[in-house]
Amino acid sequence: MSSRATVSAIKPVAPGHDKRWKIVDATMRRVGQNSRGLIETLHTVQEAFGYLDEIALRYVAVSLRVPLSRAYGVATFYHFFTLKPAGEHTCVICLGTACYIKGAPLLVDVAKRDLGVSPGETTADRKVSVLSARCLGSCGLAPAVVYDNEVAGKVTPDQLRQQLSQWDAHVS
Amino acid sequence: MYPEELEQIAITEREAQADIPQAVNVCVAAGCLSCQSQAVLDALNKEALARGKAGHCKVKGVGCMGLCSEGPLVSTSDGTLYKHVAATDAGELLDSLQHDPVERLRCPTDVPFFQRQQKIVLENSGAIDPERIEEYIAALGYRALVHSLTEMTPVEVTAEVIKSGLRGRGGAGYPTGLKWSTVSKAVGTQKFVICNADEGDPGAFMDRSVLESDPHRVLEGMLVAAYAVGASAGYIYVRAEYPLAIKRLKIALRQAEKLGLLGANICGTPFSFKIELRLGAGAFVCGEETALIASIEGNRGTPRPRPPYPAMEGLFGQPTLINNVETFANIAPIIRNGGDWYAGIGNEKSKGTKVFALAGRVQNTGLVEVPMGITLREMVFDIGGGIPDGRKFKAVQTGGPSGGCLPAECLDMPVDYESLAHAGSIMGSGGMIVMDESSCMVDVAKYFMDFCMTESCGKCIPCRVGTYQMHRLLDTITKLSATAKDVALLEELCDLVKNTSLCGLGQSAPNPVLSTLRYFSDEYKGHIERNQCVAGVCGKEPGP
Repeated sequence: MSSRATVSAIKPVAPGHDKRWKIVDATMRRVGQNSRGLIETLHTVQEAFGYLDEIALRYVAVSLRVPLSRAYGVATFYHFFTLKPAGEHTCVICLGTACYIKGAPLLVDVAKRDLGVSPGETTADRKVSVLSARCLGSCGLAPAVVYDNEVAGKVTPDQLRQQLSQWDAHVS
Repeated sequence: MYPEELEQIAITEREAQADIPQAVNVCVAAGCLSCQSQAVLDALNKEALARGKAGHCKVKGVGCMGLCSEGPLVSTSDGTLYKHVAATDAGELLDSLQHDPVERLRCPTDVPFFQRQQKIVLENSGAIDPERIEEYIAALGYRALVHSLTEMTPVEVTAEVIKSGLRGRGGAGYPTGLKWSTVSKAVGTQKFVICNADEGDPGAFMDRSVLESDPHRVLEGMLVAAYAVGASAGYIYVRAEYPLAIKRLKIALRQAEKLGLLGANICGTPFSFKIELRLGAGAFVCGEETALIASIEGNRGTPRPRPPYPAMEGLFGQPTLINNVETFANIAPIIRNGGDWYAGIGNEKSKGTKVFALAGRVQNTGLVEVPMGITLREMVFDIGGGIPDGRKFKAVQTGGPSGGCLPAECLDMPVDYESLAHAGSIMGSGGMIVMDESSCMVDVAKYFMDFCMTESCGKCIPCRVGTYQMHRLLDTITKLSATAKDVALLEELCDLVKNTSLCGLGQSAPNPVLSTLRYFSDEYKGHIERNQCVAGVCGKEPGP
């Protein structure tokens, strides 16, 4: 018992002097420094740093007093969290039902052929990340693609090819 | 906030609105925003200022107007609707306010798409600015709350909801009043109300539109529910993928707190209630109530066996009421107009209206609200305007990955909970996807099975392994290399997964397969016996 009491008494130190840890600390204080705030805290980390790396997961786990396995379990259970940094540009292809019916699989093929990456992967030169979405809710504009946070509707394979080649000179 | 103050805000707002004879409303919900409606709004504002008409014409952003496929949509106070408006049209549009409408941009509103709808949940969508509480109050907002708190007992409120016949709009259709009454009778140190806004069905965006277009309506529904069941704290569990809905909810919560409509001693009564937002993180299974509770508690979203039901032991082990966004959005009008009024709409067992997200191979795609009991044919051919490009209707899919595909012979069936379930689909949360002959039904079944396989949380074996195996079999069929034995095995697995899975995700995962086997068995046969896919989707490897 005594060792546990000591562990919780020591305040974990942020992994670096990066100011973004202050935002993370603020979220953890707001949720009461306990395990209930794990998902909220991971959201903040991802918003601040773009992804969740091991350093961040270890820091959050020890601060909220949850086993690292649980922090890792939560981070990998939910699709929204990513453990890898994204490329310079992101291209999210919606694979919701309406988009699927209206030809989204053809768009995935374009990304595969032109960039050599499947949804969830980033090109080797870290230029472009291709992601898929469950549904953007832009079903009226199917098939929809999000280029760097800008939603484009009724996208044709040619339009996608054009956009990708603008980002990545290697596209043939 | 006292009732008199609320009335004063409404009067002031209405007077301010009456001072400006002309109003131009621009849709700034997600659908139109993705076709640059913000630029249209900015251009209109700029033009209005430049013309010095700022005092005579009010330009504002409003919620969803429904016909998403024709966006960006703009409406004027005389009822004219414009479609495909570009920022460059702003000047012409403002000039036209003085004389005739701009014909080239006009969108006719005397068509079935608009005429056949009946708006209760969406009554304010496209009419009020979702970021101003004053406009909601001027449109009779928060009157149901005040009326409940000052003139009704919690039991009377619940009785009114029971009388209305309202059933859960999240998909399962459990009677809302009954749920409320169970939670109100449950014993606990604290009670919670949760709004399920984790709309995970692909092809469904009703809850998102309601939250983006009229967030206060949902807060009011939650407040009335909290009063009826005796809850003191609430959570809205909303998808992180809906940044705009989150932003507007945050604004709405702040405004309601500022006016004392949330917090301690609301309307000078002993009733106190606070609401917090919780962001989902992209897990379909979190739409299941016990998984949702696990997620709010900071855990992986895995369901647990029921009973005990959340009404008895829910969030943090306390009695918890969980309702969907659309269910809460129905509460204020029910209290305002009475349960009998609501029960007069719809058909025998399904009362009121339902919001659908109509999408896929149909002329008019967007958000529609129709009375229960309307037929599928009216939905697809009247409201939806039929199938474009002279193609032929093949199926309509309702209920997302938990629902089924219904063929042409089901078109004259009424849309209600029982009829859809009887036909092998479900009402679901309201996604309605129309398919034409270019879709292969086996491929569609595989698509949904892929979804369920990926989204299975992995806790129970029938769902975790069963969905994987069913997906593998469907994949073999779509590669045109399956035998009749594979289909028999698929059917057997459907039965097993349906009957032995822990939660709704697994129990309903076989529905898309079962419904396509039932109505489109010829297509399965074609794939197996003749190595042929009539839609020309399967068997091909992607070409150059």
